[in-house]
Amino acid sequence: MRDEHPAARALAGRHRLRPWEPIPWVLALAWYVVFPKHLGFGTEVLVTILFAVSLDLALGYAGVVTLGHAAFFGAGAYTVGMLAKHGVWNEPITSLLLAGLVAAAVGLGSGLVLLRTRGLTLLMLTLCTMALLEETANLGHAYTGGFDGLDSLPIAPLLGVFEFNPLYPRTQYLYVLTVLFLCFVFVRTLVHSPFGQSLTGIRENTLRMHAVGAPVRARLVVCYTLSAAVAGIAGGIWAQANAYVNLGTLGLDRAATVLIILALGGHGRLYGAFIGAAAYMMLSHFLSKIYPTAWQLGLGLLLVAIALFAKNGILGIGAALWRRARPPRATS
Amino acid sequence: MAARPAAPRDIVSVPLLETRALCRTFGAIAAARDIDFRLEAGARHALIGPNGAGKTTFVNLLAGAIAASSGAVLLKGRDVTRVAQAERVKLGLSRTFQINRLFRGLSVLENVYIPVAERVGAAPSMFRPAGRRRDVVDEAMQLLRTLRLADDAPRRVAELPYGRQRLVELAIALGRKPEVLLLDEPAAGVPSAESHIILDAIGDLPPHIAVLIIDHDMDLVFRFADRITVLVGGAVFATGSPREIGSNPDVRAVYLGQAAHG
Repeated sequence: MRDEHPAARALAGRHRLRPWEPIPWVLALAWYVVFPKHLGFGTEVLVTILFAVSLDLALGYAGVVTLGHAAFFGAGAYTVGMLAKHGVWNEPITSLLLAGLVAAAVGLGSGLVLLRTRGLTLLMLTLCTMALLEETANLGHAYTGGFDGLDSLPIAPLLGVFEFNPLYPRTQYLYVLTVLFLCFVFVRTLVHSPFGQSLTGIRENTLRMHAVGAPVRARLVVCYTLSAAVAGIAGGIWAQANAYVNLGTLGLDRAATVLIILALGGHGRLYGAFIGAAAYMMLSHFLSKIYPTAWQLGLGLLLVAIALFAKNGILGIGAALWRRARPPRATS
Repeated sequence: MAARPAAPRDIVSVPLLETRALCRTFGAIAAARDIDFRLEAGARHALIGPNGAGKTTFVNLLAGAIAASSGAVLLKGRDVTRVAQAERVKLGLSRTFQINRLFRGLSVLENVYIPVAERVGAAPSMFRPAGRRRDVVDEAMQLLRTLRLADDAPRRVAELPYGRQRLVELAIALGRKPEVLLLDEPAAGVPSAESHIILDAIGDLPPHIAVLIIDHDMDLVFRFADRITVLVGGAVFATGSPREIGSNPDVRAVYLGQAAHG
């Protein structure tokens, strides 16, 4: 006995692939063919997308406001970096999994404490967690390289065959693209699940979620841990692709940038991470060439405009135009 | 004062929900004083009282949103005084809020999907699409049909008129299939032209549910309640049938007389 109301059908089919969803992946592959000289930049964009997707899970879906997401990026990056530099382990795929595990452990540990709070307190505590990790990395010179970081990481060839060449990062590009795809499928599955639906419930009204009997904090901790794991994988793969780690992976700069990227692209929509990262990095790339002394001014103005006029980012503008163009009673 | 032992005294009729000498103080203010209260299966019980009488405090104590200072709350004969809100919900106690607490950015159907998914244990599932739980989708849709909200199912809650948002408020509570339902001013803020949709919905509630309704609206109270408790200054002032309460001169003096003008 199935309810054939259009709304029920729409909800039942919400997870299905939309016709436009392959577009970003086709574009990413096209980039590989068309711009073989810009694969370093492309790799950087892909890693940033992955990082932004991880933040979208916590912030966009569960509503966990965080300014310290680079803590997990850095935890993953330093896991890969220290294991490789000290000759412990340098096989890329397994070190990447370890990076995810370590970041997840940091997410779980800090999440259990700080997800008791909300709003501004939570924001400050995420910032504190990141600052503590950054300072630990700074002080643990013998292991982390301190302020200089660790460079020339001896990463083993991928699958024992494909070398990571920093000058011609073709391996890195395809490797990062594959990992991004796998992580994206994971996050996409998660947000369309009943668990993901309950996260949006927590985001929309935490108190009501308590009142319908949901274990709110446990759900948030699980979500935060998974988000941290994906961020850790982003950090780990960044370290592998660049063959170095530094304190910047744990810094406020990186945490704030990814937040801006998500705001720019649109949060809670998965693909906002793609649009935001691409737009932000292209803009900063070209603006810094055109106007090297004050290029951040342009980005700042854009962000002010987005914050004032388009709270849901570029994808939000797109969705609004799309709704206006279509008849109101259409079923999807 | 110390809590009395909380074992069911009377085997013959264990009320679904009961309080014994329930107290709650906020600093020097006693918002609930020694409240003894019983709600039987299938009851339509109204809680009335002037502003500041402690009605919402009492609902929050029953639901577990705030902790009792002393006394006991019993749900189905079980002492739940120290049991968290979410656990009381699982035992069959649902509530609505005086001011809407909805998932405003989500569709009406999703608003009801969430409590249904929690009840049937679907919510922790991570790797299956939400829509594949057709049992949850269909039950949520069926609930919307009974509340005559089916046409609004795909719309975002924030886009609905206030009266229909109040219905969603009720729908979320009903998604848990409660045995005890606490309605905190269900028609509050609804324009009188729309209030009949709320009254009809409350009138159509399944008869076996025990309903406690808090309201100022005397029409609503006298239309639905088979029993009325009057709360004044955090304490029970009178309890009885609508006829007894309506003809009680003390109640008229403290409350009904004022309300007739307000």
